[in-house]
Amino acid sequence: MADIATPTTPASEPDTTAAVALGTEPDIHGMEPTPGAHDDHGDAHGGGEHGHATSTGLSNNKLAMWMFLGSECLLFGGLISTYMLYRGRHEGSPSPSQLYNIPLTSVSSFVLLMSSLTMVLAVSAAQRHDDRNTTTWLTVTALLGATFVGAQVFEFTEFYHEGLGFTTNLFGSSFFTLTGFHGVHVTVGIIMLMALVGMINRGKIPGNKAEVVEMIGLYWHFVDIVWIIIFTLVYLIPS
Amino acid sequence: MSIDHTIDPPDHAEVTQGVPAPVSEHEHGLTDMGYVKVAVILAVMTGLEVTLSYAGLPGNVFMPALLILMAAKFWTVVSYFMHLKFDNPIFTKLFYSGLFLALFVFTVVLLTFRFFDRS
Repeated sequence: MADIATPTTPASEPDTTAAVALGTEPDIHGMEPTPGAHDDHGDAHGGGEHGHATSTGLSNNKLAMWMFLGSECLLFGGLISTYMLYRGRHEGSPSPSQLYNIPLTSVSSFVLLMSSLTMVLAVSAAQRHDDRNTTTWLTVTALLGATFVGAQVFEFTEFYHEGLGFTTNLFGSSFFTLTGFHGVHVTVGIIMLMALVGMINRGKIPGNKAEVVEMIGLYWHFVDIVWIIIFTLVYLIPS
Repeated sequence: MSIDHTIDPPDHAEVTQGVPAPVSEHEHGLTDMGYVKVAVILAVMTGLEVTLSYAGLPGNVFMPALLILMAAKFWTVVSYFMHLKFDNPIFTKLFYSGLFLALFVFTVVLLTFRFFDRS
């Protein structure tokens, strides 16, 4: 009868050495969690109040959000470069410089920029566990976002009356696709903000509330930085 | 105008039983007044961009000035409002890898279509 190898580690002491070497388990000897260090704020290692420590020591949600935003750069990069290629192809419609209403777009850009301020103030309030100010700033952010989308709808309507439709020419197609995609992103952001306000008011945010607000904040700021590029390259630099 | 880099004080003990706790990711950044100052700087830069577009400057001055202002605004929002300046560097690497990959790929696309020859 063959000998059965007996484990060298007692059953009561699980061997974590291999897992640490693979990077799948935190080194419990080097990174011993401090009792009570994350009772209120959720897990500093990113798992939230009921989550797990991660091998990187960082929030997986936050890592995923930054990776998503990095990939969004490729989406908007494609749309912006397509617009740059086709902005001169405006046969059958007024030229971009005749169409663009720079004062209106400047005001809407300013509104979106200020919505980034109110968003960061909401994140700051959430980190202080100040629910009242968090929901107030989130609502103000959503209202500023809605103002921006309203200005964009007005602009699109004006362009349509001036003779520029989605299929009029390549300039129209690339312009409406680029700015429309951005507008959809802002609209999705507004929906997320209002849903977040509702969830905070009902106390239905699972895990680390401040991190949830911060995730939506990252998305909102990204929408703002995309507009910073669109405003300069599309509106201010003439074709 | 100087930006206040004061860190918001944490509302719980950082050190318990002599063992330093890992620094929570959200316990950094500017004060609320610091964020307002950053927003004022961004608003001024936007105003400058719009003013430049009406100033009738020659293209070799106007274009670089607008692109520099755009890059400065982008960097300011990403660094301060999105906290990349204060966060773990891995987030910066993740985001900027996507950004620079996009810049590289679409510069090649524009070069392929001889965009810069026409401009």
